[in-house]
Amino acid sequence: MFHLALKMLMGDRAKYIMLVGGLTFATLLMTQQNAVFQGLLSWTTSHLRNMRAAIWVVEAHVESANETKPLRDTDVNRVRSVTGVDFAVPLFQGILRAKTASGADKQVMLIGLHGATLFGRPPQMLGGDLALLRLPNTVVIDELGVQRLSQGRSRPIAIGDTFEINDREARIVGICRTERHFFGYPYVYSSYDQALQFAPRQRKMLSAILVQPKPGLDAAEVARRIGAETGMRAFTSDEFAKVTVDYIWKTTGIPVSFLTTIILGFIVGIAVSGQTFYSFVLENLRHLGALKAMGASTWLLARMLLLQAFTVGLIGYGMGLGLTALFGFLVLPIGQPPFLLQPSSLLLTGVALVVICSFAALLGIVKVARLEPAIVFRG
Amino acid sequence: MSSSNSIAVQVRGVTKSFGVGDSRTVALKGVDFSTREGELHLVVGPSGCGKTTLLSVVAGTLDWDGGEIDVLGTRLNGMAKGAVTAFRGKHVGFIFQQFNLIPTLTCIENVSVPLLLNGRHRGEAERRAAELLTTVGLADTGRKRPTELSGGQQQRVAIARALSHEPRLLICDEPTSALDSATGHQIMDLLATAARKPGRCVIIVTHDPRIYGYADRITVMEDGRVTQVLEGEALRHFIETHQ
Ligand SMILES: Nc1ncnc2c1ncn2[C@@H]1O[C@H](COP(=O)(O)OP(=O)(O)OP(=O)(O)O)[C@@H](O)[C@H]1O
Ligand SMILES: [Mg+2]
Repeated sequence: MFHLALKMLMGDRAKYIMLVGGLTFATLLMTQQNAVFQGLLSWTTSHLRNMRAAIWVVEAHVESANETKPLRDTDVNRVRSVTGVDFAVPLFQGILRAKTASGADKQVMLIGLHGATLFGRPPQMLGGDLALLRLPNTVVIDELGVQRLSQGRSRPIAIGDTFEINDREARIVGICRTERHFFGYPYVYSSYDQALQFAPRQRKMLSAILVQPKPGLDAAEVARRIGAETGMRAFTSDEFAKVTVDYIWKTTGIPVSFLTTIILGFIVGIAVSGQTFYSFVLENLRHLGALKAMGASTWLLARMLLLQAFTVGLIGYGMGLGLTALFGFLVLPIGQPPFLLQPSSLLLTGVALVVICSFAALLGIVKVARLEPAIVFRG
Repeated sequence: MSSSNSIAVQVRGVTKSFGVGDSRTVALKGVDFSTREGELHLVVGPSGCGKTTLLSVVAGTLDWDGGEIDVLGTRLNGMAKGAVTAFRGKHVGFIFQQFNLIPTLTCIENVSVPLLLNGRHRGEAERRAAELLTTVGLADTGRKRPTELSGGQQQRVAIARALSHEPRLLICDEPTSALDSATGHQIMDLLATAARKPGRCVIIVTHDPRIYGYADRITVMEDGRVTQVLEGEALRHFIETHQ
């Protein structure tokens, strides 16, 4: 009987296409929005992955990795004196104006690394020499920097070229690859001391302290100790990432707006497929009644309806995921909008689709269970 | 007693009403009715007299209020719904005025349904369905959809479907009313042949006098009651006066 159930389903072309289309759309909406949201969330912590410090020490009121509140220079030494700290280095980070050859202003994320250790160095060097940052007026820029700062040049900006940061000349000694920062600005690396030259003079210039715990020690434990002894906030990289994501959830409308779209996808899926499937059942009520008269049990008819609902569900899910993947392939090379498709979002959409299909089938099953087979005698 | 004389359906004092209060309709007001095996039994009477309702309760597709119903030696009173459904699937075949074939399935698939419901495998069911279509004179229509066929052809497909699992009771509600006279006679020839099968009984509800001549017995109903049961001389007289 089940092959006949499928034939009855696909025989009704219009409804079949409507069902598959609705479920495809719902899947696409839910998965794609989820992927963009996850991508966005992952951008919020990309800075931590670029710097790769075990422990971050920041000003007491800092609430996210994308926020900077200056510390006193002497704070580095206070952290160094905490037991369990192997070494602690100062970090400058700030958004500065760079000038392109055409004279346009571009914002850049200037990172000042501790000169002796260059701790927090870029994840991957594509060319040049990071050690040259110890020379005056030198910088390493990332690929996005190359792209942005090449404006007005006959060829892309390269090692040996110069540009201005905050009206001071900077010479490029290396190109690196980074993960895109949440704010979307290119990374420009210099030594800590050099960064203080580029940046406008202020009373406090230290942005954060990067810490390496002694070998064998638990980073979380060392971070707790630093926090307790210095009064600053100290996180492991993972803790900081979590705090940052929580901050986004609590203080911005971003998650709510994405959730709204995802829930909308779910509702559209429920409404369209529930309604279409129900009218499919209504239209076939006479035939279902005839089958019941001929000896088909309610349980058999229920399984036939479940098979029909889950068949369109599976096809819609597959097509929706296909379209989401296509979207991903198109946007990932551009890097905009963010896109991160996680197994958990696939699972979530899958569960949502199971709920949608069960609901649609249930509507029909209730109708069929109440169906008097005698209706087949009525004209 | 030969098997052709044994009782196939026995209905005693059956009542059935629809609705409540002002909209209450009493469709059956204490009906006594019986058919024998090997018999083609017509139930006739004016519109609204309760023919279809009687057929529905005999077929086990409708609950009734009072009275007793025995079908093929099984008492339907007090039987669980699931058991009635299984009983129907095994022993009862249906033919309707509007054919009730599933339009998205081929003729072979339509005919195979009762076989599948009785646990036959798809290949076997479809082979048997094709044979049955041949016996009703539709050898080449197996792969067609019912909607591609004429009314008479569709009703023949319905007969093949109703007979496919060799039911002992064939229930037909106005099988010829949607058809022209010649086609109606072809359909009745098929049903009459089916009724001759030992152990089988065919009950046909109709108000089509053109087919009265096929009856072995006729039960006449009026306003929810059986008023006459005709056979032999009385039956011949009834048929003559109505043609
Ligand atoms: N499901 C129902 N709900 C309410 N009333 C019903 C229902 N089925 C039948 N009736 C009523 O019961 C009475 C008998 O109906 P039934 O269909 O058995 O008559 P019938 O003899 O088959 O008529 P026809 O020749 O027009 O088919 C009618 O008055 C009809 O309106
Ligand atoms: Mg009727």
